[in-house]
Amino acid sequence: MNSLIVLPILLPLLVGAACVVAWRYVAAQRILTLAGSIVYLAVSVVLLERVASEGIQAVQKGDWIAPFGITLVADMFSAAMVATTGVVTLVIVVYSLGSMDRPREAWGYYPLFNILIMGVSGAFLTGDIFNLFVWFEVLLISSFVLLALGGERAQLEGAIKYVTLNLVASAFFLAAVGILYAMAGSLNMADLSQRLGSAADPGLVTTLAVLFLVAFGIKGAIFPLFFWLPASYHTPPVAVSAIFGGLLTKVGVYALIRVFTLLFLNNVDYTHTIILWVGAITMVTGVLGAVAQYEFRRLLSFHIVSQIGYMVMGLGFFTPLAMAGTVFFIVHNIFVKTNLFLVSGVSHRIHGTYDLKKLGGLYRAHPWVGMLFLLSALSLAGVPPLSGFFGKLVLVKAGLGIEQFVVVAAALGVSLLTLFSMTKIWAEAFWKPLPEGTETHAPGAGMGPMLGGIVTLAVLAVVMGVAAGPLFVLAQQAGEQLTNPAPYIEAVLRVRGGS
Amino acid sequence: MIYAVLSGFVLALLAPALYRLSARWSGVVFSVFPAILALYFLSHMEAVVGGEAVRVAWPWMPAMGLELSFNLDGLGLLFALAITVVGTLIITYAGSYLHGHPSLPRFYLFILMFMASMLGVVLSDNLIALFIFWELTSVTSYFLIGFEHDKDTARAAALQALLVTGTGGLALMAGVLLMGQIGGSFEISALAADNAALQGHRLYPLVLALVLAGAFTKSAQVPFHFWLPSAMEAPTPVSAYLHSATMVKAGVYLLARLSPVLGGSDIWLYVVTGFGAATMLASAYQALYQTDLKKILAYSTVSVLGTLTMLIGLGDKLAIKAAMVFLMAHVLYKAALFLVAGSIDHETGTRDIRNLGGLRKTMPIICAGAAVGALSMAGLPPFFGFVGKEALYEAVTHGNLPVTVIAVLTSMLLFAVAWLAGIRPFSGAETHTPKHAHDPPWTMWLGPVFLGCLSVLFGFMPVLPEKLLSAAASSVLAKEVHMHLALWHGFNALLVLSLVTFALGVLVYWQLETIKRVTAFALPAVHRGPSHWYALWLRFLNWSAVGQTRVLQNGYLRLYLATIMTVTAVLAWYTFLTYGDVTVVAMDWGDIGVHEWVVGLVALVGAIATVRAQTFLRAVMALGVVGYSVALIFVLYGAPDLAMTQFLIETLSLILFVFVFYYMPPFKRFSRRVVIVRHAVIGTAVGAFFTLLVLVATSVQWHPTISTYFSENSYLMGQGRNIVNVILVDFRGFDTLGEITVLAVAGIGVYSLIRLRLGKGRGS
Repeated sequence: MNSLIVLPILLPLLVGAACVVAWRYVAAQRILTLAGSIVYLAVSVVLLERVASEGIQAVQKGDWIAPFGITLVADMFSAAMVATTGVVTLVIVVYSLGSMDRPREAWGYYPLFNILIMGVSGAFLTGDIFNLFVWFEVLLISSFVLLALGGERAQLEGAIKYVTLNLVASAFFLAAVGILYAMAGSLNMADLSQRLGSAADPGLVTTLAVLFLVAFGIKGAIFPLFFWLPASYHTPPVAVSAIFGGLLTKVGVYALIRVFTLLFLNNVDYTHTIILWVGAITMVTGVLGAVAQYEFRRLLSFHIVSQIGYMVMGLGFFTPLAMAGTVFFIVHNIFVKTNLFLVSGVSHRIHGTYDLKKLGGLYRAHPWVGMLFLLSALSLAGVPPLSGFFGKLVLVKAGLGIEQFVVVAAALGVSLLTLFSMTKIWAEAFWKPLPEGTETHAPGAGMGPMLGGIVTLAVLAVVMGVAAGPLFVLAQQAGEQLTNPAPYIEAVLRVRGGS
Repeated sequence: MIYAVLSGFVLALLAPALYRLSARWSGVVFSVFPAILALYFLSHMEAVVGGEAVRVAWPWMPAMGLELSFNLDGLGLLFALAITVVGTLIITYAGSYLHGHPSLPRFYLFILMFMASMLGVVLSDNLIALFIFWELTSVTSYFLIGFEHDKDTARAAALQALLVTGTGGLALMAGVLLMGQIGGSFEISALAADNAALQGHRLYPLVLALVLAGAFTKSAQVPFHFWLPSAMEAPTPVSAYLHSATMVKAGVYLLARLSPVLGGSDIWLYVVTGFGAATMLASAYQALYQTDLKKILAYSTVSVLGTLTMLIGLGDKLAIKAAMVFLMAHVLYKAALFLVAGSIDHETGTRDIRNLGGLRKTMPIICAGAAVGALSMAGLPPFFGFVGKEALYEAVTHGNLPVTVIAVLTSMLLFAVAWLAGIRPFSGAETHTPKHAHDPPWTMWLGPVFLGCLSVLFGFMPVLPEKLLSAAASSVLAKEVHMHLALWHGFNALLVLSLVTFALGVLVYWQLETIKRVTAFALPAVHRGPSHWYALWLRFLNWSAVGQTRVLQNGYLRLYLATIMTVTAVLAWYTFLTYGDVTVVAMDWGDIGVHEWVVGLVALVGAIATVRAQTFLRAVMALGVVGYSVALIFVLYGAPDLAMTQFLIETLSLILFVFVFYYMPPFKRFSRRVVIVRHAVIGTAVGAFFTLLVLVATSVQWHPTISTYFSENSYLMGQGRNIVNVILVDFRGFDTLGEITVLAVAGIGVYSLIRLRLGKGRGS
């Protein structure tokens, strides 16, 4: 039964490998990837249900007991992230069927996509700090190739910045893991949690914590380390932008949350205060960056940074309520942010540009595309009763509960500016009459699957709002687990065997 | 009651589809819905005025204290009736007013959604639910104000309204959450029952400020009032509904609803009364200067909102009674006047009062409706507006002198304004208008006529709404009150005050141009000021956004790297020096052999040569030296496998680099000396930190390492003599799986990147 935890990693690997085998047969790759992502979604939902009903699941790879072998763990946070990945993956695969160009499909898009998902799942499920590094490597190489695939000039320029800065992060991460291992003598995170708690030199643990903060801070794109993100995310095909913007960046945040709720708890006053303020500054600079943009996808990219700040702020509050809110917010944000990128692809399909100044008239010509955009955009801005509002509500309540008034004020101001920049997209691309000189194409075939994906995520933005009550119960479980590592440690260190 | 609120949302979503069934009579068809709701609410009248509150609750997000709990009491009923009755008339009207407009189906979507949200606001007992509906009214009004979205001005006005009310909304959100946190409940009824904890709390002023920010922005109190006149870009039915009868009253509603919770304190009295008084006078004054019918009405609406706010601020029994009467009177006459303005605009093609005149002959029915509305607004008997003004005077004369003076001055100005908006376009000689005027279809005069009839009816028989108004006042005061309204109070001081007001009003209207000229000096402060600040703020926002982004996201990879390294160095060194301990380093320098010194020095020289190299080739060679030295260190410390791998990789990459770089030109030095020094300092700081930390790591071992397990078990359980191999393929085989995947992907990447070159030179 515990093989369930391995499946989200193994399944994309197998599908990816099969796609390589079927290199010349794009149709076969499409079917394989689609089928694979459907199964993945089913598996991830079953896993989520299992964790919700039976508690934290863990399995030892190769039957080597913890902490010596590699552990895979699914607590509520991990399971929620994997399930979210399942939804987003399926949506993007469907969207890709309609939107991805033939050359990229023929030159490895599907294998790379599957391996990326494998890396994401691995990062969410691993209970081993070095194994986490390995998954980051998988993510980095597959995302780099996906980013550069096609070799357009803008792509390459973005990809260079992306890979350079992320390699720096990997180097810091690896160095930090090595030093950590030398001092604490273990790599299993549950084991490390105990070992670091009783370390003889807590000051050194704090120093290491800061290194991890920088490494994951770069990966997760926090201030002032986020440069690679707005430099690259707007360059590849939109389906790739969407999975990067929606999902990939959150892996860095996931890692940050994981280590700062499990490993580095000996000087919370220092580390989590830094995290809190970094989060606050990140969300402000991110949203200001967005306000300054007139390119659809660049604007969205800066918003990613801003919302990363929201998530990091939740980690900085570090109460059960705040962590629950953070988890809820991350899941919501993945859906909504992915969808906004997907909508930008539709406007690009119709008018051949991402430039908001050249776009226009979409609302009159395609009112339902407008409505779909609105659901996601307003949700992103935290307008009730959509999903984003509840994430914001919980985080603001958590902040007020511990009287962090300045940070809360910043968070509220950011949400206003988010609304402001979303209305900018709305007013420019949808409301404003189409400027003269902008070409208009017939949407053509492929629009069906594209809209199918968008509708799904838009509906989810509504459902997460309307069903906020029951969903938040799950988030609360995650929040409890993240603020009390004992059950996690117990689940990992007591397991014997598995797949 | 839940269904009464929520069905509006469902109908809204279906509206674009339903529209197709009967495009011609869509307005009439959709107006059936609010009419049914109005009847539904009327059916509760008996119970509510009898003091029973109807309450239902559904859980939504229990963990946050969020419930859909609705409470129908007097105040809620008064507003619910205003929303649904006026809503019925507005939707009927809009069907004709916007007939043939391409976006009409989605107009119904937004207006119905707005109506449902508004009902949610006035019926919610749960503060978070109230806030949710509150935000929805802001958002739907954004789409309604920007309905004519081809116009720049409409888009700008929509944004302005959204930003101003949105800012207040966020403040309200914080205020609501704090109220719940301090008071221990999010149910208004529970908070009102026990407000001592809240009012005695040290955060009470903050809570009050946040809530008032929400209410004042929504109800357009000075200095946030400027968005409302701008919002007149909206189609007239929207202005009539949102900007006179309903949405802008949400702020007043909130103040009334929360006065048992937050009211009664000195801050409440001074702040609420003060803002209200300032608003009522300033806006009535600004209304004089307008020539657009709708803007005249908008400013006079702001003035009335100020009056209502002022009365709620005073908060005694007379003031609350007056507020309720005044509110009802205003709903009746202002919605009617807006609809009249819309009809004039629709039928003549202009709303500028300088171009309008003599319409009594061509638009007799509209003229009748307008006259009743204007006279009621002017506060003349026998209309209900007179009853309202009498109540106002009764309240302020029991208050204090400054407020009384302001109230009289405001009433005097509004008297003139009423004449401007409701009488002048119909009187005098006929003017030439863009379209030839005639009375509109019945759907468009029904509203003003119906509301006008109510103004007359309630004026003659104020006993009719008396019970409802008493019940509403009882809700606000949190105790049962009974009021007795009458058109004729006898000859008393209040009547004298009214007569004085009328006389002054006539004088103002008669000498309007003179007065405008004489008092024009005050106009910039109240008129241009706040909207000017808004424009400045927007400019500043864009300027700072562009500026900070240009600095941060400057496009130079080397600056990004420098920033990241600097942050790392500062943060790491600071942390280490604050919390760490250098003394744990236990190094025996004498223990280092000569050959080790040599290898170390060679590596160091190689590193320095790399950064100082003048050509790619030299840099690569020097880098090779570093790599080989590291491999040698592996040899010295008993890791031959690792050393072997490292040698192979170094050799391979050196060869590859040579192939690639052979054709490259020498480096050019673009960096100034100071930059080089800066980078050297940053690099050294980071490098030194890691060196130090590694030294520390070699000296510190908190817990026994797990590698002992590997050496003990690799042969016994892993069946291999080479521990490294067993670790790689067995103990930690999962890592290796991942690393193999990395290699495979790299292979695909190299292959595809070389072969697939799309759109060369087509960059964005």
